[in-house]
Amino acid sequence: MDTFALTIAAILMAGAPLVLATLGETLTEKAGIVNLSLDGSILLAAMAAFACSATFDSPWLGMLAGAAVGAAIAGVLGVIGIYLGQSQLAVGFILTLLSRDLAYFLGHNFSRQPGPDLGLWTIPGMSDVPFVGLIFGARSPVVYMSLMAIVFCWWWMFRTEGGMRLRAVGESPRAAFGRGIRVRLVRLYYCLAGGALVGLAGGAYSLAVKPGWGRPQGCEGAGWIALAIVIFGGWHPVRTALGAFFFAALQVSGIHLQEIFPSIPAPVFQVAPFPMMILTLLAVNMGRMGWIQDIIRRHPFLKSLSKGWSIEAPAALGQDFNPKKGL
Amino acid sequence: MNRESLLTQTGWLILALLLALALTVIVALPTGAPPFETIYVLFQGSLSSWSKVGRVLAGWVPLTLCSAGLLIPFTARLWNIGVEGQVIMGAIFCTAALRPFDDGGSAWVIALALAASVAGGAFWALLAGLLRVFGRVHEIFSGLGLNFVALGVTLWLIFGPWKRPGVASMSGTEPLDISLWLPRLANMSVSWVGLALAVAALALVYILLHRTKWGLKLRAVGENPKAATLFSLGPHRRLLQAFMFCGGLAGLAGAVQVLGVYHRLLPNISSGYGYTALLVSMMASFRLSLVPFICLFFAILNVGSIQLPLQLGLDSSLSGVIQGIMVLSLFIVQGLRLWLKQRKEAD
Repeated sequence: MDTFALTIAAILMAGAPLVLATLGETLTEKAGIVNLSLDGSILLAAMAAFACSATFDSPWLGMLAGAAVGAAIAGVLGVIGIYLGQSQLAVGFILTLLSRDLAYFLGHNFSRQPGPDLGLWTIPGMSDVPFVGLIFGARSPVVYMSLMAIVFCWWWMFRTEGGMRLRAVGESPRAAFGRGIRVRLVRLYYCLAGGALVGLAGGAYSLAVKPGWGRPQGCEGAGWIALAIVIFGGWHPVRTALGAFFFAALQVSGIHLQEIFPSIPAPVFQVAPFPMMILTLLAVNMGRMGWIQDIIRRHPFLKSLSKGWSIEAPAALGQDFNPKKGL
Repeated sequence: MNRESLLTQTGWLILALLLALALTVIVALPTGAPPFETIYVLFQGSLSSWSKVGRVLAGWVPLTLCSAGLLIPFTARLWNIGVEGQVIMGAIFCTAALRPFDDGGSAWVIALALAASVAGGAFWALLAGLLRVFGRVHEIFSGLGLNFVALGVTLWLIFGPWKRPGVASMSGTEPLDISLWLPRLANMSVSWVGLALAVAALALVYILLHRTKWGLKLRAVGENPKAATLFSLGPHRRLLQAFMFCGGLAGLAGAVQVLGVYHRLLPNISSGYGYTALLVSMMASFRLSLVPFICLFFAILNVGSIQLPLQLGLDSSLSGVIQGIMVLSLFIVQGLRLWLKQRKEAD
């Protein structure tokens, strides 16, 4: 029982940055913008967070710096993609490569240096509770932060007027514009907000999950996985978060697999999440193919199951909106 | 698209370059890098002797092979992000074909290895294509995932079945017999075979895209996939072919790395040329005529940056930063032009 609780705790920890990053990207994509720069953003934010906390000896200032860097990169994408009408995919991809190299270049002097990390938070009285205490007793603040972010994003998206506007500019920008919503500005705001969350994910890596900075840091590739999880989770904050924890579970079990198969070299397990990413995307998308939908239609049980599982991307995802061109 | 005078075009290009220069200086300031000295070291480290020029050309060959290949799927509006993995697969297939000949072989064996590498790259690209066409997995994710899988396969081979007798390390497999190395051009570390292959690839892509019906139809598929289905242009088959062509050229780049540069299989065999090639083709705005020149410039940056850690204590990733900023600046300037045009039309 205790090992089970500790495994859950390990999954919560490994999943925390992924959750933050996927929620950030979900916010951005709900507004109709694809931010492909996640992988580089996370790395640059991780570097900035570590460098800042090492310089000023304050990990929370570091987290703030990470969020600022994430928002800044997303801002560059937002301005070029939204206002200057360039391809979001192309700019996002360039920003990924640029931020990655920038992270290694600027972080050169902080490589393999000691620095503070976020440490652990204890909830008073919690560790006395038998099972739950082991999971939530004394955990890194990023774990609590990621769990709160899930609730907040869900509440914001589906229970507030701001969330309604967010979904409106992503689903039907023309209708939203007709209602007097400043579509481009709203999109830019969610680009920045999503980028800030992605930046926090970077900080979570370098200050909590894999403390320290170096080349490689160990979070390379996480951004791409996060982008795939957003699709897997169908642009719904709770389901994306579940997807992130699912991938974290795979990573954690990968460590155990390594003990079972010692003959397979360790680096091979680091790339294991990527075939998993392809297979899960395949599984999600298969459900939308003609012949599979025929089978589903014939079986009432599968039909009701697929209703709960069906996913739709925001209708205007990746599309330009120019108010000057009229309604 | 209305044509503008050469003068205006050059003006905008110079503006983009100035913006790139300014942005590079701004981002490099926090490290205390002296701007002019850094630029001097970059170019001195890549052009000051014939052997350095040889290294630049050795980098130019795989970059050109990948960038030229990338224009084919881009014509059909496909993002082949998997080039990196296709380079690696080409290198793996090339090494596999040479394993029975560890005592050496003739030019025919090298030709066989080159053919194997083309097959390997095309096979890896086909996987991404099949996932896209029949599995509806976006090619960005399948390509990227397959890059990491290819890296995993390399690591497994180097540490497993193909490890050097005694020691298995990141330094790669047992070196090839010297008779299997590509012949060098004079005393430089570049092979004339590699150069010939790169030039041939440029010509092949030009003919394919601009002088054949196949290229015309591919363009039609990219412009309007729905209409292409109606006119029975066979978009699925054509998309797969486009992927495989690009993968084949990328695989060839992998073979050049194995046969001409490292003479063995390494974890870092692709040297990131696949990703750089994506930047090159975007910077060239998908025009083949610009590709060789941008590749040359990027290769100069890559080779020159090796001197940065030695002479200035800077990280060599500065070359990647400059490349990224240049492409980004071009996009910013293009966007500004669009914005100005729209404002003029609105008035």
